[in-house]
Amino acid sequence: MDNEIINSLSEYITTQILKQPNRALSTSEALISGGLVDSFSLVDLALFIEENYGVRIDDTELNADTFDTLEQLAAIIEDRR
Amino acid sequence: MVSPRSTALPVDLKNATLSSVLVEYSEHAPDQVCIYLLHSTRPALKITYAQLLARAACFAGALNQHGVKRGDVVIIILDHSQELIYAFFGAVLAGAIPAIMPFLTEKLSPVQYRSSLTALLDITRPGAMITCREFESEVEQASAGSSVSPVIIAAENINHSRCDPPDNIEGIHGDPDEIAVLQHSSGTTGLQKGVALSHRAVFNQLHSYAQSIHLDPQDVVVSWLPLYHDMGLIAGFLLPVMLGVPLVLMSPFDWVRAPHRLLKAISEYRGTLCWLPNFAYNFCALKIRESDLQDVDLSSWRAAINCSEPMYWSSHEMFLERFRPYGLREDALATCYAMAENVFAVTQGGIQSPTLIDAIDTTALTTGHAVKIDQDDSKNVKLLSAGKPLGNTSVRVVDAQGQSLPDRTVGEIAIKSNCMLTGYYNRPDLTEQAFIEGWYMSGDLGYLAGDELFITGRKKDLIIVGGKNVYPQDIEYLAGQVEGVHPGRVAAFGVYNDRAGTEDVVVITEVDSLDEQACIQIADQVRRQVTRGSDIALRHVHIVERGWLLKTSSGKVARAANREKYQTEILGNTPPSDSS
Repeated sequence: MDNEIINSLSEYITTQILKQPNRALSTSEALISGGLVDSFSLVDLALFIEENYGVRIDDTELNADTFDTLEQLAAIIEDRR
Repeated sequence: MVSPRSTALPVDLKNATLSSVLVEYSEHAPDQVCIYLLHSTRPALKITYAQLLARAACFAGALNQHGVKRGDVVIIILDHSQELIYAFFGAVLAGAIPAIMPFLTEKLSPVQYRSSLTALLDITRPGAMITCREFESEVEQASAGSSVSPVIIAAENINHSRCDPPDNIEGIHGDPDEIAVLQHSSGTTGLQKGVALSHRAVFNQLHSYAQSIHLDPQDVVVSWLPLYHDMGLIAGFLLPVMLGVPLVLMSPFDWVRAPHRLLKAISEYRGTLCWLPNFAYNFCALKIRESDLQDVDLSSWRAAINCSEPMYWSSHEMFLERFRPYGLREDALATCYAMAENVFAVTQGGIQSPTLIDAIDTTALTTGHAVKIDQDDSKNVKLLSAGKPLGNTSVRVVDAQGQSLPDRTVGEIAIKSNCMLTGYYNRPDLTEQAFIEGWYMSGDLGYLAGDELFITGRKKDLIIVGGKNVYPQDIEYLAGQVEGVHPGRVAAFGVYNDRAGTEDVVVITEVDSLDEQACIQIADQVRRQVTRGSDIALRHVHIVERGWLLKTSSGKVARAANREKYQTEILGNTPPSDSS
């Protein structure tokens, strides 16, 4: 598992989406179904990933079935890089 | 492109009902496509008036078979789909009263959802509920906890191959003064108010509003709005379908993940009218990739109508700047002030002439006076006019005693029209409180300048986020359930975020110990509890020491005062947040 990707996703979510920079996010925490990342922030997350990793997460994939944790999201990014 | 159509705007709307108009279209323009239902992974589904009537008649038949009678409420809980449309008109044809409610989303807690549904059932006492198979048990449990036992029908079980021709439709004999539809304002337990609207009120609104927006048979409406919301149900559904104007409809779920699809739809179908809540201007301007806009041409769009939450000039400016290169016309930017209690629109601006912008003195505004000031003065705030009242609607601005106030003086907006609600369903007490001498008291604050209405705020503590009304007491109740938070020591309020173009919901809660780890944990749980209980994402949760929150003389948390304290003490010390 690429820690760099996880760390940068985690930092983006805690600072930009949750506005709680001191909050620790575990790799298996439910982001979408747990209500941490709301639907209005999903596009931001997709744009962040595209800008930083050149990986496009399609809008039809922005749901908990495709990814719900940092771990799953990082795996998708690694896979498509 | 939409298919060519011949039908001129209809029919005598004077004694129309939703059923009679649908039947009339399906007789005179059976093959005209009324709805293009978009899907993110499949081609658009074209629904003609004949198909709409036939499929809706199958739902009507099923409802009648299950003993649903004329005047019974039918609660519809379905995802944005063709079944939702057929179920709605099926209830209409059966002579019943449809009420579309939001679907359970993945982040909402089923327990909270169920309990608010149970409360809704106790008030509306429906004869039936239509949902999908997957959701049937959820609805059954909610029903079991209530004092009523409505028939529960899964949309998949409706047999569309063997439906009787709709020649003996109960709803066709309906009286225009009967209730046509229930529209629910937001709010959870106990605060749900079903706005009951008669056929006559709906058609009076459609008739007057069509004149205000100069509706033309060549118009094409494009909408992503949910049908459980008044703007989605009326402007984004009944107005086009009942007035013979094609509707291009997409799901709010798809839009929020891919806002460019809306602009693509306008471009592809040569859309002319689209209603948007203010935050959608910012959302589209900031979150659409350039690469997703290839070949998009917005030149057909004659009115982008900002409605259902406070409107900001900066949002219009941001939107125009971003999409002017794609053909968006400056004169397309329009405004509207609406509420479910008036069916929908109260005023409309920016259709034949540009939307008026009032540069006024912020200092004078705090004392209730809208004094014009030079646009370059740093004390100015630019307010967008909500436009002029519809032809059938009178608007007054009144003081606390109900007396009309002079021009440019801020007061409560009072409304009278021939399209007002019949009442809050089964809540005569609330209906009575809402009117003073025949005038509906909106709870919104504003001023008139000539016949142009400007909205400046609201009397109630209501928070409007993304066009959705949120009652702070609901949020406070949910936060108060978290361990370590004392009920009654929580304040929830909205703070405008100019990047997002809407309000951020802020929760401040007092705790006994300010241990950092404990605070992070409490903040987390508050966030989760509120999201799972209300479907509202909290932007800021602040944990403060005992005694921080200001209270009223009766010991209640004073939301407006705490909002001010938050803005000076907490936001004042840190740079303004950049929520997006």
